[in-house]
Amino acid sequence: MSDHTYTPSSKFGKWFNDRLPLLSLSAHFREYPTPKNLNYWWTFGAILTFCLVAQIATGIVLAMHYVAHADLAFDSIEHIMRDVNYGWLLRYLHSNGSSMFFLAVYVHIFRSLFYGSHKSPREIIWILGVLIYILMMATAFMGYVLPWGQMSFWAATVITNLFTAIPLIGESITTWFWGGYAVDNPTLNRFYSLHYLVPFLILGLVILHIWALHVPGNNNPTGIEIKQPSKGTIPFHPHITIKDLFALLVFLIIFLGFVFFSPDVLGHPDNYIPANPMVTPYHIVPEWYLLPFYAILRSVPDKLGGVVLLFASLLILLALPWLDRSKVRSAVFRPIYKQFFWLFVIDILVLGYMGAMPAEGTYLLIARIGTAYYFLHFLIILPFVSLVEKTDPLPASISEPVLTEKDKSDVSE
Amino acid sequence: MFQNKFLYFKANLAFSLFFLFIISSTNLFADTELLKVNWKFQGITGKFDRSSLQRGYQVYNEVCSSCHSMRLLSYRNLGEKGGPEFSADQVKAIAATFEVTDGPDNQGEMFTRPGKPSDKFVLPYPNVQASTAANGGAYPPDMSVLVKARKGGANYIYSVLMGYDEPPQDFKLEEGVYYNKYMDGNKIKMSKPLLDGSVDYVDGTNATEDQMAKDVTVFLTWAADPHLEARHKTGVKVLIFLIILTGLVYLSMKRLWSRIDPEV
Repeated sequence: MSDHTYTPSSKFGKWFNDRLPLLSLSAHFREYPTPKNLNYWWTFGAILTFCLVAQIATGIVLAMHYVAHADLAFDSIEHIMRDVNYGWLLRYLHSNGSSMFFLAVYVHIFRSLFYGSHKSPREIIWILGVLIYILMMATAFMGYVLPWGQMSFWAATVITNLFTAIPLIGESITTWFWGGYAVDNPTLNRFYSLHYLVPFLILGLVILHIWALHVPGNNNPTGIEIKQPSKGTIPFHPHITIKDLFALLVFLIIFLGFVFFSPDVLGHPDNYIPANPMVTPYHIVPEWYLLPFYAILRSVPDKLGGVVLLFASLLILLALPWLDRSKVRSAVFRPIYKQFFWLFVIDILVLGYMGAMPAEGTYLLIARIGTAYYFLHFLIILPFVSLVEKTDPLPASISEPVLTEKDKSDVSE
Repeated sequence: MFQNKFLYFKANLAFSLFFLFIISSTNLFADTELLKVNWKFQGITGKFDRSSLQRGYQVYNEVCSSCHSMRLLSYRNLGEKGGPEFSADQVKAIAATFEVTDGPDNQGEMFTRPGKPSDKFVLPYPNVQASTAANGGAYPPDMSVLVKARKGGANYIYSVLMGYDEPPQDFKLEEGVYYNKYMDGNKIKMSKPLLDGSVDYVDGTNATEDQMAKDVTVFLTWAADPHLEARHKTGVKVLIFLIILTGLVYLSMKRLWSRIDPEV
């Protein structure tokens, strides 16, 4: 890339850059050649970076006022909401921020699945992304426990109980994990510690994710490789920066719409009841973004089976670049894969809905079918479709679709 | 072109379904249709009705507070902006009507003194167990965040207050349990708390059951969400700013992108 050719104009700049090439790095980010045909689904990378930074920033201030103790946690959150200056804003930004973070990450992931961004030579970017996603789920889950409301306590109880399913050492591992014989103050303390730590691990992985992206460069809606960097690309700054900024502002309008006018709609009312180990809520449900996996977990009558399936459903994502063997990346030119992509989206939505319903009767049956289809999609459909599918002809360059569309409209006039 | 339009249609459809799903998944278990009131605090410019808040405090103080605590509130909150906004003198007078246990003093003894605005609302019972024992085995929930802790929020609280009725013919009620249309299982251990004229409103408003139920619900909504007005006010300003900024950035983006030669 262009970073090696950059020479600072000032003498000090040259001296500094020879010792620490920060100026070269910033020049690289300005000049980074980006396909000019990226659509708005590509702006979610920048949106996600913003989400991570915003969560860390609001979280650090919240941590200055929060007290991680089973007897004080609930009241300290209410202290933030009532008496800390703009505490209500910080807390609502942070709690709604996690929902918006996941909303953006789901769009980002499905964009990748649709346009084949996980395929060669971008497998490492994809794998790093899956690891980030898994760490995000862990962080969000632990963060949900911190207010020490009813849902916090019981979600922690249900999820940590999963580890008891591990054969032989399950019980002792869970006791070690809890720091006692049940979810209690020691559990809250370690969750707080980890909830503060893991976001910085995510930040590290995000840096690697972006680094790995900048080696082959961006995929694009046609999925074809850009041969010469000069052809069909534009410099990242100012074209992509301003487009990302525009998309981020639209995203912020929705985000802050929730924060200011409906801040509790994404949460569960039961979490405003202080944790009570003697009273179990009627329905223990995780936050909406974990529901599909909750449905997979509950669709197996055996506890160990459910846990194995839950982890398998996440780990299978790591193998995706090798399960989908089609050389053509973008679903635009894959008529059969495109149909299965949308079926998969529907399957995830159905699983999410079932995750929110009680695990019984028809709901359970549908959840089981949805779970079976989830694995069928990865293990059978993707390898098979990529073998037999007859893909549409690819354009010669990313500029071509623009030309042909114009030609078509010329003809119709 | 057609291909693209179709794709965008499907993407938009999936996106809207997704949003609907998020919103609906939080409301999946609402069973009985609650009574709906057009609260003045609803909507993006919603504010509390100041006199209703003051009357609501009177209802809480004279009726609810004999069993229900409100441990997260202080008397000073009653004078703060966006709340009932009693004057400083009124707040002092209200606080002084309560007897607060303080101490230990120099001799190591606990003592009582009149309340100050900085004191937390005095609890009706020393602890949850005492409260439960005094109320037939049912703990009267703390009311500080009660509106947020119930599905349906303000409408739910209002519905329960208005939901007392004669039980159906074959409905069995144990001793000390009452029939309520909106409670889970239609059973409640609290006897009908509001009867016409239960309180004598200071401002002379006619204290009907419905009026008191509305006023106390408004008061409880403020208690659970004391910064609602500031939140709405800031929100409107922030969103207007963001929308203008987004428009400007959009125009700059169009201008910048128009310089790119589409044929390259």
